[in-house]
Formats: sequence, C-alpha cells, structure tokens
Amino acid sequence: MEFSLSAIANQVDTWLHANCASWLALTIEFVIVGLLCIALFAVLGLVLIMMERKVSAYMQLRLGPNRVGPKGMFQTLADTLKLLVKEGLTPNGADKFLFNLAPFIVMIAAMLVLAPIGFAKDFVIWDINIGVLYISAISSIGVIGILMAGWASNNKYSLLGAMRSGAQIVSYELSAGLSILTIVIFTQDMSMGQIVASQADGWWIWKGHIPVIISFIIFLIAVTAETNRAPFDLAEAESELTAGFHTEYSGMKFALFFLAEYVNIFIVCAVGATLFLGGWMPLHIGNWADFNRIMDYIPSSVWFFGKTFFLIFVIMWFRWTFPRLRIDQLLNLEWKYLLPISMFNLLLATFIAIQGWYL
Amino acid sequence: MLQEVAQKETGDLVINVGPQHPSTHGVLHLVITLNGETIKKVEPHLGYIHRSIEKMCESLSYRQFIYSTSRMDYLSAHINNHACALAVEKGLQIEIPERAQVIRVLMDELTRLASHQLWWGALAMDVGAITPFFHAFREREVLNDIMEETCGARLTMNYMVPGGVMFDLHPNFQSRVKDFITLFKSKLPEYDELVTGNVIFQNRMKQVGFISAEDAVSYGCTGPTLRGSGVSCDIRKHHPYELYDKLQFTEPLETGGDCWARYLVRMEEMRQSLHIVEQLIDNIPEGEFQAKTKAVLKLPKGEFYSRVETARGELGVYIVSEGGLTPYRIKFRSPGFSNLSALDHMARGQKIGDLVAIMGTLDLVIPDIDR
Amino acid sequence: MFITKYLSEVFGGLRSLLTGMRRTGYYFTHHKNIITQQYPNEKPVLAERFRGEVVMLHDDNNEHACTGCTACELACPNATIKIVTKFDLTPEGKKKKAIDKFVYHLELCTMCNLCVEACPTGAITMAPNFEHSVLNRNELTKVLNKPGSKIREGVE
Repeated sequence: MEFSLSAIANQVDTWLHANCASWLALTIEFVIVGLLCIALFAVLGLVLIMMERKVSAYMQLRLGPNRVGPKGMFQTLADTLKLLVKEGLTPNGADKFLFNLAPFIVMIAAMLVLAPIGFAKDFVIWDINIGVLYISAISSIGVIGILMAGWASNNKYSLLGAMRSGAQIVSYELSAGLSILTIVIFTQDMSMGQIVASQADGWWIWKGHIPVIISFIIFLIAVTAETNRAPFDLAEAESELTAGFHTEYSGMKFALFFLAEYVNIFIVCAVGATLFLGGWMPLHIGNWADFNRIMDYIPSSVWFFGKTFFLIFVIMWFRWTFPRLRIDQLLNLEWKYLLPISMFNLLLATFIAIQGWYL
Repeated sequence: MLQEVAQKETGDLVINVGPQHPSTHGVLHLVITLNGETIKKVEPHLGYIHRSIEKMCESLSYRQFIYSTSRMDYLSAHINNHACALAVEKGLQIEIPERAQVIRVLMDELTRLASHQLWWGALAMDVGAITPFFHAFREREVLNDIMEETCGARLTMNYMVPGGVMFDLHPNFQSRVKDFITLFKSKLPEYDELVTGNVIFQNRMKQVGFISAEDAVSYGCTGPTLRGSGVSCDIRKHHPYELYDKLQFTEPLETGGDCWARYLVRMEEMRQSLHIVEQLIDNIPEGEFQAKTKAVLKLPKGEFYSRVETARGELGVYIVSEGGLTPYRIKFRSPGFSNLSALDHMARGQKIGDLVAIMGTLDLVIPDIDR
Repeated sequence: MFITKYLSEVFGGLRSLLTGMRRTGYYFTHHKNIITQQYPNEKPVLAERFRGEVVMLHDDNNEHACTGCTACELACPNATIKIVTKFDLTPEGKKKKAIDKFVYHLELCTMCNLCVEACPTGAITMAPNFEHSVLNRNELTKVLNKPGSKIREGVE
C-alpha cells in the first residue's frame, strides 16, 4: 500500500466515530491534533537546530557537532536537557507576569499558523477558505510576544531589541503580504488547498512568469526579516545588543524563544513552498507521462517536506553568508526598494492575470 | 544611580557597553548616551584591564622588560618587542647585523599580516557575518605555525633581544613563507567575494564614522585610521628603521575618512606587507643573527625614544635611564589609546550598529589601550 | 536617469550577494577544505622549538649540567625559578657547591625563554608540552632535577 498520511488520518477518524459518541470523537481528535503539533514542534526544533549547526559548520570549514551519539545526532538533545534543568531566572525589576507570558505568546502564535498548511495530500488541520489572510494575520501576533519580552525584562538592550523588532516586522509584513497577493491574484482563491490544487499542472514559480519570480525573491527576503533571521537579526544583533530581546531569559523560557524561531522558519518556508513551489504537488513536466508517474510514486508528504527544507536551507545559507543590516538600512530596503518593487510587481501580475498569459 | 539621574534630567538612554560585551574585543567599557537608536555621546572608561606594565618594566632589566610588551598589543607582539629592542639598542649604541635586521623586518611584516587577518575576520563578525572569521583564521593559522616553528610561540613570541633576535631562522622558514605567499594570494580574492564586494557590507561601511584629516591629526590618530583620512603617517616611510628605507613599498592612502576608507587601507596594507615579504624572503643575507652584547646591559644616563609602525599605528617607547640596571621610567605611546579617543567624535549622530562597525575599523586591542 | 540607476543598484546588489553565497556554497559542498583538528583524538604536531615548559636535561647516567650558578634565576622576569643549593663533598674532601633543588613554578612562567638564553652550561631547555592542566595548583610547582641526579663531570 502506498504511504499516505491522509489514509491514516481517515482510518483513525472512522475508528473513533465507530466507537465513540461524535462529540467525544471530536474532542479526542482535537487532543490528538494538539499533541501532534507539540510533537512536531519538538522534533522540528531538534532537527532544525542540528541542521543549522551542520550547515554553518560546513560553510565555516568546521565539522560541527560530532561527539554526542552517532555523528553528533544527540547533541541538540543534550543541549535541550541542559536547558530543561537550568534555572529560569526572572530579573528583579522585571514585570513578572509579562516576562513569563512572553515566550508562550511567541510559541502559541507560531502554533496557530500551522492550521491551514497542507502537509500532504488531503492532510491539513483546517483548510480555512481565507487561509492566506489567516496566515498573514496570525504571524504578526508573534511580535507582540517579542515586544512584551523586551519591555518586561527591564533591560535596555532588550528594550532596544524589541523596538527594532517591532519596526521591522510591521514594515516587512507589507511586502510579505504583497508578494503573497501575487499568487492570490493568479489563483483567484485564498484557500491554501485551492492554491495547491491550482498548481497541479505546474508550480507557480514556473508558470507565473516574471512577477512570481520577483515576488518569490521578495517573499524570501521579507520572511527572513519577519523571522528575525540574519541578515535581519536586528532584534538579537549579538554584536550590538548582546542578545537583544531575550538577553534576560534563561533555561526553558529561553529555549521556547529559540524553538519559536525555528518553528517560525519552518512555517514561513512551508507557506513559501505551498504558494510558490506547489506544496505537496509532485514535480510534473509537461507531457512526459513516465517521468510524471515516477514523481507521483514519491509520497506527497516527502514532496512537501523536501521543498520546505530546501527553502529553510536557503534561509540558513543567507544567515551564514551576509553581514547584518543597520536599522535605518533595513527600513530603507523595505520602503525604498521592496515595497515599490512589489507594488509594481502586483500591477504587472494583475495585468498578466487579466490577459491570461500564464499557463 | 548616576545614570538614573542622567536619564531623568535629559530623557536620554544611557547604556553601559562592556566591559563584558561581544563586540568590544575584550574588556573595553563604553558608556553611551542614546537618543533612540542614535548615539549622542560615547564615553570610554578605562582601567578594567590595567596591569601597569609601564611600572612593572621599571623593576625589570633591559633584557627582561621586552617580553612584557608582548602583552600590550598582543596581535602585533613582535612589533612591540621590536620597538623596545630598538630603544635599548639606541642607548647601547650597538650595530645590528644585517641578517638580524632582515629577520626582524620579515617577522614584523608577517605579524602585521596576521594582525590584519584577525582584524578582517573580527570586523566582519562585528557587522554580523560570522563565516569570514573562520576563513581569516584559516590563513592566520598558517602564519602562526610559521611563527611557532621559528620563534617557539604562536602569539607572544618574545623573539627580539637587544642586538638582534633570539635564535636563527628555522631551516624550513623560507619554503613555508613562500608557500604561505602563494596560499594567501589565492585566498585574497575570496576575501573580496565574501566581504569587500558585498553590498550590505559596503553600506555598513560607507559614510560611517567620518573623521576629517584635521580632526584625526588633532586627536593623535595614527596608522590606518589616519591614513584613511588621507594623511601620510607611516613611520616606516617617514622615519625608517632597520631596512625599511631600502625596501619597495607604497603607503596606502584613502581620502574618504570613513570606515570604508579605513577598511580599504588595511586591505591594501596586507598586499604591501606581502610585497615586502616577497622582496626579502629570497635575499636573507648570511651572517650573525645577534650582535655581541654584554651579559648585563646598562644604558647610559639619558633619554631614549624609538618609534615603530605597528599594525594599529605608531608605537613609541620612551626610556629614561639613570645609568642603572633597570630603566628609571618607561612610557609607551600606544596607537590604540589615541585612536580610541577619536571614537566619540566619529560615533556621534550615528546608530548603535555603526558604533560597532567604527570600533571594528579602529581595530582596537584593549590591553594596548589600557596598559 | 533615475530608473536605470535604481535598477542597476538593485541588480548590482543582488549580484554581489550571490557572489558571496556562491563562495559559502562552495565550501558547503567541498568538505576537503575543513580545517577542524579533533584535538584529543588528533594530537597537534608541535614544532621542536615550541616553548611549553622548562625542563632540565638529564643524560643516561642521571647527570645534568646545572652548576647552580643562578643565572637563570636572575634572568627570569617573574621569579619563576628558585635554586636551592647545597654543598657536596668532592673525593678530595673539598666542599663544592651543587644544586639541591631546582624549583620551577610553572604557574608563574610566561615561556619567555630568557632563562634558557642565560644558562651558561645549557642545562635547561624548553620542551614542547602544553598539556599542563592539573587539579591541584601545588602540582604546578615542579622540581626539575631528578632525584639522585648529580652534576656531570667536567661541567664548571
């Protein structure tokens, strides 16, 4: 039998409905989904941190972690264990409630965005019909957590970092939104499921011509900035603000911030893969029937995760190559370059969509 | 407490940068006054790493005190030792054998290269790119190995003695330096690809930390900091010591006065140092590596001053002798201290990120500032 | 023209970024350039001149060349070396000065090599050993002359 996540989900669903009352089945399904999300986060954190360390190591002529476990696989696990048993300090002058709340807000915001993302064929938590809008709305909530952390820490470095992050995310939301809009124009639908379905005969990056390529590049830049990754890591800015908004955090609370960063990367890359690279759609080339059939054999979840991890690698590649921008240059880049270009690009996309010049 | 008062009165944000801060290259303590992200004032506070090397030197003999100057500007340890050896030799009025002079100049230039390589990596790290740091250390490691083979140590070499150098060159020295020259020439374009040409890096450097030639001179800046403002100040050109008057090299000058100009000056200095090493490496004369000196050195009564060009600027060594076994007073004019004093002037009105970039291009070595 | 300048800025900037990414991408895929030395498994090759600690040279007969002249003690800037002398009886029944203990404080030593330079008989030298970590600080104070060793015949 072919491996399919949706088949497993359907089996579980039928079994539950056959054996329980429907309200109980629904509740159990909610719990299962929640647990799966948390499990996914934990696994993602471990995998992505390991990946980042290996990517950075090879780019910097190093070997990276290679002692704990086979090929250093358990290094992140050991680090997590260390963070778990470490004391979570709360500074004296801090606003204790907000200080402790902030990591959870960042985490929950990241968790909510998972809902409309299709991980495989017919395997999605909630294919809401305004999925794109939902994602751009929820992903801005995370910044509140960062602002909260910076303010509540009672540390000037944290405050500066948080303020930078606020300015940065508010600006870059614009171009991220505009570049997503290009795809919405082509698909004429905001549902993530429909967007994927519209790419059955070719991914948007191929059939969308120049506007989609431009918006893909802008999307990559904007989400790098939105997730506070280098070269836009001004909220942390190690060499300027020591650790930015999470200077005062330690132990598990710091680990939550750290995890949220990686989960956010995963989510934005998943969104990017869904919008531009066809989500779980396999690679099909025109009328090469044999080639297309071979591609269909690869499970759709592998396609989705493959594309997502490719985008994650690109974002890591950015981080380990580029110097950091300055705060005014960061805003210049957004308001003087990305925004006008994406506005113009949107116009171009609309024109092409009206003329029906895409495939 | 004081800071709180300042904050209430003026509404400014006062931040302590350092002594423990990732970008102060050690333990520099800066008190910066901010208006939002814009810097209003930078106040360096010294004393955190003061080891009173000058006072220590007063109780050490003329042979002994040289080693302690390696601990000032540890990145150009060799050149510091050279300056001290020159001052003592001036007092003793001894002639240095030609071989020793060539060895000294070679070592000076290799040290300068190693120092600039570290500066390059550290500057890139200050502006946020971490990878170049490792690339810079790859080449620096080769130089360190060469130093280790000939001098016996990697960083604080203590290879200079009054009258020459401590031992002769290692037999492998010439071939290894030649290998290094070929290696480094092949890697320099990589430096440009990764950092120099990068549009983000150029934007971080250009029109940042401007200082005019007049201001730079009046703050006492020397070395690449002053040359970045277009003032020729290379001691190797203006007051040549050892063999420098016989060597072919140019003093790189830029007129920009900003971080970018200082960056270009240092990059060009690397090429010039390489050029000097190339000229000398095949022409090391035979002979003694050390002049004959007495076991116990005594400087005649008087004052002796020597100056050399370290990787950061002009280092002056001023010795007052009363005719005894130890100096009566020693004073070092360190380049870092004067360059640091211009930091406030350069950083005013810039952003916090610029402060880090400016400190990077000044190439501050804190133990040199705070002896 | 404003638009051409704007566009050339954008494309020039993108090209410079891609050049840098090509360089790091090259190193990501070419693992033979890795410079990591896995220290405890791979011991570094140290140069023979490497200065790691002061040692006293002993020959096969457990004899050294130290006369106890204290030239090294005087040459040391940090009072690292302390020589304790004693008086040996020569076969002729004369008293002769010899070292009892050559005490070397590794924790004070800066490896400046001045003691080795000062030694008139070449009795001490620098050894390329850098693994000096100990659990107790007192272990860093070493006696360099081996027990029962004596001065070589003919060294004055």
